[in-house]
Amino acid sequence: MSIKVRYFASLKEALGRSEEHLEFSGLASVGDVWDRANPNKALPDNSLAAVNMDYVELNDPVKDGDEVAFFPPVTGG
Amino acid sequence: MCIKICAEAFDPWQAIQAHQYSAKELAGKFGATAVFIGTMRDFNDGDQVKGMALEYYPGMTEKQLEKIVAEALQQWPVIDVLVVHRVGDILPNEPIVLVAVWTSHRGDAFDASRYIMEALKSRAPFWKKELLESQAERWLVKNTDGYY
Repeated sequence: MSIKVRYFASLKEALGRSEEHLEFSGLASVGDVWDRANPNKALPDNSLAAVNMDYVELNDPVKDGDEVAFFPPVTGG
Repeated sequence: MCIKICAEAFDPWQAIQAHQYSAKELAGKFGATAVFIGTMRDFNDGDQVKGMALEYYPGMTEKQLEKIVAEALQQWPVIDVLVVHRVGDILPNEPIVLVAVWTSHRGDAFDASRYIMEALKSRAPFWKKELLESQAERWLVKNTDGYY
């Protein structure tokens, strides 16, 4: 399955990229997407994750065509 | 209901006036308007701040703001809501966020506007990066709790 991965703010700067496309075989979780996209790099504490623009937990599943996003705590307002 | 992401500086008072006068459903119906405006300071954490870059997640930001407003509408008898949030490069003294809520009675206006503002602070995907007087750049790490 094909997953679009996006990063924002300080996480985007730290990784040096804002988005990428990954091909997975079989089922995967949001956490698996991070591990696959960033081998040997832990997701920073307090990071948030979203699938298709809704907040999710790292053990939530992803499916073909999903947009998965990782970003730091939000600081708007 | 109106939710706007704004890449240019805006005047919150003009936005409220324009919205109120153009919203037909408000005429004669509202008795209370609660307004919150967040404005950029020129200091933070003991440092002089000369500018700020506000990043967002196009699509998700609007989606989350719509959810937050919908939650407020379920909890209070709200007649109308206007939310405007700046993105891009911001200077001290420029407004960052406007939340205006129109209701029949004041308690609902205060409570619903507070709810929307606090939920926005913790859930709407915006991120601030400060440009300090020293030329250093600094991402804000976390919003403070508005109820402390």
